[in-house]
Amino acid sequence: MSDVNSQRRNFLKTSLGAAAVAIAPGMLLFQVAQGKSDGADAKVRWGMLIDTAQCKPGCNDCVTACNKENGLSGGIAVTDSQWIRKIDLKDISTGREISLPMMCQHCENPPCVDVCPTAASFKRPDGIVLVDKHRCIGCRYCMMACPYKARSFVHEPIHDQNPDVPRGKGTVESCTFCVHRLDEGTQPACAEACPNKAILFGNLNDPESEISKKIHSVASIQIRADLQLNTGVHYQGL
Amino acid sequence: MRLFASLLLCCCFTLAWANDSSAPKPDIGKGGQCVKDPQWMRKNHMHLLKHQRDEAVRKGIRDDQISLKNCIECHASIKDDSVIARDDSFCVACHRYEAVKIDCFECHSGTRKTAWLQRNAK
Repeated sequence: MSDVNSQRRNFLKTSLGAAAVAIAPGMLLFQVAQGKSDGADAKVRWGMLIDTAQCKPGCNDCVTACNKENGLSGGIAVTDSQWIRKIDLKDISTGREISLPMMCQHCENPPCVDVCPTAASFKRPDGIVLVDKHRCIGCRYCMMACPYKARSFVHEPIHDQNPDVPRGKGTVESCTFCVHRLDEGTQPACAEACPNKAILFGNLNDPESEISKKIHSVASIQIRADLQLNTGVHYQGL
Repeated sequence: MRLFASLLLCCCFTLAWANDSSAPKPDIGKGGQCVKDPQWMRKNHMHLLKHQRDEAVRKGIRDDQISLKNCIECHASIKDDSVIARDDSFCVACHRYEAVKIDCFECHSGTRKTAWLQRNAK
């Protein structure tokens, strides 16, 4: 009896293996023929290095570029969406003033993902933290969990969106690192718009990338590093 | 037997639909067939879109062919570049006839991207 079983098992194993060998190349070819992208690469970790010495107080170009790219109104009322905002800081004892852009920090361990009851908040394999608006129920737990106040809730109906950036009432949204541009191979709008090149965007996992080299050679910090979220956005000269 | 009956029913239903003078006559835009034949698409387009949206949003696997954006590119009206602007627009015509609410365009743009870019170029 046991012999029969093992024979049967072996037969099943071989036939399954043969089937897999026969089907796999076909599947691959099908995907290539369909013009399908491989999707977010788990070996990549997108990140930013923001040089506060190059970020000029009063300059709002990154914010404007973000608003235009993603179709935000540009208003700063509590009910307006803001994906990126400029912050001016002053050290009272020395009088030193700096300015920096603040947006979703794309944490490795994002609190917004932890708290989301519908798994709408998620981290893509390449480290970008996003809201899946198909699942978002607008409870706004993630907004409360975020230490960076990076997320906004859409209060009013939106019309005439950018076809690449769907946005709608009743969902939470935040900086996406311009994921639609990244997937096409271009930089986020803010990094491209900065006149002083204060925003350096790239792959933190690639030792040859400009951002990795710079992070290894200059002093930079992650904001609220004590929370151990391992943010993807690093600040230099803070 | 039951299979035969349901097949017969399906045929009758399709014929009745085809002969119905009040059946929707959507503005198909440029039209043409790119994914599957029209009858298959009428029945199954929502499954394709739903599958594609999860792959695209959550894994970044963007399938150029079965994306909503690509549907709109060909099926938006030539008159107003939209699939939702009028009662006989591509999506609206059938969805209104069947009384099925479409949520897609609460967030997604119903406009052809090339037209949108032209309008918003500064």
